[in-house]
Amino acid sequence: MNEVLIYAVGSLGAIGVVAAIILYFVAQKFKVYEDPRIDEVEEALPSANCGGCGYAGCRAFAEGLVKAGAMEGFNCPVGGADVMQEVAGILGLVAEAAEPQIAVIRCNGSLANSPKKVEYDGISTCASAHVLYAGDGGCSYGCLGLADCVASCDFDAIHMNPETGLPVVDVNCVACGACVEACPRDIIELRNVGKKERRIFVSCVNEEKGAPAKKNCTVACIGCAKCFNVCAFDAIEMKNNRAYIDYEKCKLCRKCVDVCPTDAIHEINFPVRKLIVKEEKEKAAKVASAAKTTETVSAKTSAAEKKDKVNKTEES
Amino acid sequence: MKTFKLGGVHPPENKLSAEAVIETLPIPEQVVVPVGQHLGAPATPVVKRGDEVKVGQLIAKSSGFISANIHSPVSGKVFKIDNVYDASGFRRPSIIINVEGDEWLETINRSDDIDADIKLNSKEITDKLNEMGIVGLGGATFPSFVKLMVPEGKKVDYLIINGVECEPYLTSDHRLMMEKGEEMLIGTTILMKGLNTNKAMIGIENNKPDAIEHLKKLATKYKGISIHPLKVKYPQGGEKQLIKALTGREVPSGKLPLEVGCVVNNVGTAYAVYEAVQKNKPLFERVVTVTGKSVIQPSNFLVRVGTPIKSLIEAAQGLPDNTGKIISGGPMMGKAVLNTDIPVVKGTSGILLMADGDAKRGEVNTCIRCGKCVEACPMGLEPFLLSKSSKLAKFDVVEKELVMDCIECGSCSFTCPSNIPLLDYIRLGKNKVGQIIRNRNQK
Repeated sequence: MNEVLIYAVGSLGAIGVVAAIILYFVAQKFKVYEDPRIDEVEEALPSANCGGCGYAGCRAFAEGLVKAGAMEGFNCPVGGADVMQEVAGILGLVAEAAEPQIAVIRCNGSLANSPKKVEYDGISTCASAHVLYAGDGGCSYGCLGLADCVASCDFDAIHMNPETGLPVVDVNCVACGACVEACPRDIIELRNVGKKERRIFVSCVNEEKGAPAKKNCTVACIGCAKCFNVCAFDAIEMKNNRAYIDYEKCKLCRKCVDVCPTDAIHEINFPVRKLIVKEEKEKAAKVASAAKTTETVSAKTSAAEKKDKVNKTEES
Repeated sequence: MKTFKLGGVHPPENKLSAEAVIETLPIPEQVVVPVGQHLGAPATPVVKRGDEVKVGQLIAKSSGFISANIHSPVSGKVFKIDNVYDASGFRRPSIIINVEGDEWLETINRSDDIDADIKLNSKEITDKLNEMGIVGLGGATFPSFVKLMVPEGKKVDYLIINGVECEPYLTSDHRLMMEKGEEMLIGTTILMKGLNTNKAMIGIENNKPDAIEHLKKLATKYKGISIHPLKVKYPQGGEKQLIKALTGREVPSGKLPLEVGCVVNNVGTAYAVYEAVQKNKPLFERVVTVTGKSVIQPSNFLVRVGTPIKSLIEAAQGLPDNTGKIISGGPMMGKAVLNTDIPVVKGTSGILLMADGDAKRGEVNTCIRCGKCVEACPMGLEPFLLSKSSKLAKFDVVEKELVMDCIECGSCSFTCPSNIPLLDYIRLGKNKVGQIIRNRNQK
């Protein structure tokens, strides 16, 4: 009985030793070196696998980053500056502080501003409706309200407001850009969150001239260039009958918001302006206008110069 | 009786205006002529604001190989060139002309005499069709001269003339065959000459026995033209289905009818070809059916391009109160329009006013795997699979299952007992796959 046991254990042990030796040499022969930092970087990333960085997932991002050996062009919008700092630490690099961003809906064609003219009876996706027709309100640039952006969001950060029929972005937004991809009309844009989360943007992407734009939507950008003329920081660009505010250059002075005749320029997270302040401003403006008459000549030439610029940008 | 084998459905025919003789609609005060009325590149305007134009004068020039000339449908003054809403609500560049009188170019022969003597040769016919802006009037508005340019090494065995008119309600082709049969047959002979073939087949569904009989009588005078009655089945008017029904040949996936030695043209196109070649008349008017169950007087009108569809509806005794949807084209493949100001274009075959109840889709239920859509698909596809895969964004599967072969006839959606909008999803997938293929080819 004992003998059987000894033979069994002995022979199995011998097979095990031989197999181990073979495996050892095979492992040596076919060894694939993988940078251990890839695992460390992946560990540090949020594992959302959203693709917001432009890579197929967190692992692919980590591989790309370690291979490149530099932080330029790599940013995890979900993790933000903290995570990138940590990742940079692992690789012994310095992270540039990327400005945090957020998705912004550039359409205000709500049910009230752009009333329904027709009824859509097809399948409930923007991609399909965009191919078929202009939209319930008649604007062929505006939001179709069928929530492809909501469906694309992995972070529960965008929802439809049933009262306006427009999507709303909330604080959960990590700027992964999925909704930007999903929107067939390029309405959603990633913009810098801004100082104290204050933002100013043109909430319209319509490229029609004033009259047809206004016919479909009361709050459309009509391309009047008033904001362009009032901006002291050269932050506003006029192109294809619409204004675009460059968030890098914008100093959040809100002058453009005041002059916009259609309320197409939105300000977010600014304190509510007091009525008294406004009245005072008007008074000051009256005084200023009286004083201005002497300066008209110089003002006119500068306005003319600006107008030339508008024409040029439109031509281009 | 012949028909195509695979799939097909039989929607109620409702040919309400089959007996209505073609009436000429009065010219409106203003016409809106879009420069993109055909498949391919939009034409480039050659007139400017304030220019005086005559009927038949070239106002926009073809801007590429697949493109077509556009001629003024009226005489008057160019009011402006501006973007105007099309049927889908997108603004497209159009030439707006204020009508003054009705002065035609002298080169156009306005007599009704039938001229059967074809003087032009094959090359000249092709050039003439290009010059006169003739496009396929069956609905796809493909420039006709391109179809006549047979590449070397290919031979056309049959010219097929499509008189099927399988779309329910529409009767414009039917009336044209009845009233302009002789001209249409001469047009067919011209196309045969252009294609260097001596055989032409005209396919007509047997719900138009009068047209079949009429043309059979006339066709005895014309060599090589035969009339073929076909069993009624939708979508027999589809190019590939008609070829299958008449010749038994099958156009391979992704290929043109020329691959099997056939060229298909609509009866309306054949008539336009006659007018262009024999009468020197460009394509600026066409027959449009105005119909619907509640329409007081379903009619067929000869309309100038650019006429707003509201004048057509008025001429048919007005818009019924219960109208839920206005469709440009037939009920199966037509498109709902956003308002009645949109102009008639070269491809408008009918205006269908659907009553409220008929216009709405039924309640959507889950797929019960009955396979009716597979049975109905005339292209032998699996609509349930294509639509589901499109919905789930699995576009590789959609492409592999030959979505690009889909002719968007809507037989699957029509037949589905669960009212699933199959075609909507398939069309979405087709769009996406088209994009993917274009991107791939660019690389």
